[in-house]
Amino acid sequence: MAHLSRDDVLKLARLSKLELTEEQLEKYTKEIDAIVAYVELLQAVDVSDLEPTNQVTGLVNVTRTDEVKEYASQIELLKNLPDSENDQIKVKRMIG
Amino acid sequence: MSTWKPITQIVQDVQSGTVSAVSLVEKSLAEIEAKADYRSIIAVTKERAFERAAQIDAQVAAGQSTGRLAGVPFIAKDNFLVFGADTTAASNILKGFDAPYQSTAIERLEAEGAICVAKANLDAFAHGSSTENSDFMTTLNPHDKTRVPGGSSGGSAAAVALELAPFALGTDTGGSIRQPASFSGVVGYKPTYGLVSRSGVVAMASSTDVIGPMTRTVEDAALVLDCMAGKDILDGTTIERAAEAYSQLGQQDLTGVKIGVIKEYFGEGLDSEVKTVIDQAIEKIKHAGATVEEVSLPSLKLALACYYIIVPAEISSNLSRYDGQRYGYFTDDADDLDHSYTQSRSIGFGDEAKRRIMIGTYVLSSGYYDAYYQKAQLVRTKLINEFKDAFNKYDVLLGPTAPTTAFKLGEHSSDPLEMYLTDIMTVAVNLAGVPAISLPAGLSDGLPVGVQLIANQSNDHQLLSIARSIEGVLV
Repeated sequence: MAHLSRDDVLKLARLSKLELTEEQLEKYTKEIDAIVAYVELLQAVDVSDLEPTNQVTGLVNVTRTDEVKEYASQIELLKNLPDSENDQIKVKRMIG
Repeated sequence: MSTWKPITQIVQDVQSGTVSAVSLVEKSLAEIEAKADYRSIIAVTKERAFERAAQIDAQVAAGQSTGRLAGVPFIAKDNFLVFGADTTAASNILKGFDAPYQSTAIERLEAEGAICVAKANLDAFAHGSSTENSDFMTTLNPHDKTRVPGGSSGGSAAAVALELAPFALGTDTGGSIRQPASFSGVVGYKPTYGLVSRSGVVAMASSTDVIGPMTRTVEDAALVLDCMAGKDILDGTTIERAAEAYSQLGQQDLTGVKIGVIKEYFGEGLDSEVKTVIDQAIEKIKHAGATVEEVSLPSLKLALACYYIIVPAEISSNLSRYDGQRYGYFTDDADDLDHSYTQSRSIGFGDEAKRRIMIGTYVLSSGYYDAYYQKAQLVRTKLINEFKDAFNKYDVLLGPTAPTTAFKLGEHSSDPLEMYLTDIMTVAVNLAGVPAISLPAGLSDGLPVGVQLIANQSNDHQLLSIARSIEGVLV
């Protein structure tokens, strides 16, 4: 049984801010469906009395002293901007 | 004869003035140029490398102290932020990215006098097992040019096997150091999760990403690890290092060492010739005095499914930062911000990144979260418990690193699930956060086979000590 339809993948692409061609859409639907079918393996596993693992270090509330440290300069941090004006990030219009 | 001496000897030569750091950089760059046809290197950091080498030579001449890696050239996987060349993660979306700061691992190696000379190829964003997902080029296996070097740290593995530099750095999210080490015939070390800071390394899956050395010997790997390990305020997930130095390895002898051979890694799917090489390695290890028994961790057969839920979920989150606005690929064609995001990402990301982002978005989406993501986190606990039980009885667990030797270029590239299955013996270690190493165990049809050793969380020193002893009996 298929887990994902073409429309499901179209929705995933939209949520992920990706645009797919017809050809990609068809390919990804097939591939992602096969991968989801494979991971279904976990559905039958008994996990009663277990807690989920979100991280493995066991560290809790890692803090540090709040102090000023030298870091890359503003120029360094802005040098990769695709588009800028007056050292500000310039983006396309947001409201129509 | 080997191009490079063991790292400690190189350092002695530099410190005594017998060999200059500049000449070591020259030698490494010459090797890189001579073996460019393997396509393991994306860029060289020539100018900066020579500047640093000259500084180190001047320090030696002035009788000043130099570090424990003084003058040693190395190659970083191109997902480490490094000065002197772009950091691309082998992706089009990061092409031209000029790092504003360096990763902690690089800073720590530089503080000990190591010199980064080049950036190595990888599967884009470290998504893959062969380097075929690199947006730029595929690296060739040093033992057979018709085969892949493994991945995602395939460029680093090939670089070490080709002796372009004494060591390289890799990252391992699901086997990306160990599997290419196995395919290319080098040592690949995956430390305990959190032992080496991830600050300044392009994030893939933050709960399993680790950084580690790729070398020719265990001793070299231990020294490089020792120079990088420990807490870092720039990475809140870093853990305390062990009291003993990782470079001061323990016992030479395997008498009394308890080794559990993982039953699940010897089942269906394991190539019979790989099995033969591993069986021979086990015989040698037994002969050297270790106690070897079979051990079963039944949940290992669930690890890959668990991994391919958790990791894409974390990838979809980590890769959301690539929106084309602050850095990376940007298309000027869009007429509003939302389209600018979508178009920059659609053109900038390659096939595999898109696939993983969408899988991750699916398993995290409302209505599916409990069935997939939450379930995988629970199965992860089950797996961790089985590892803990096994380590109550054994010092290390042993199995093959990969089910086959290096596969042919293109052999698995048309079916992503088939490619994912090549990681079946490495992903569990990442989910559990435990340390592991791949050691060259021998050859099958002229191709390297790696044996994998796994230890309990934070037992890196013990693992490296046992690995060094095993390396001694396998040679």
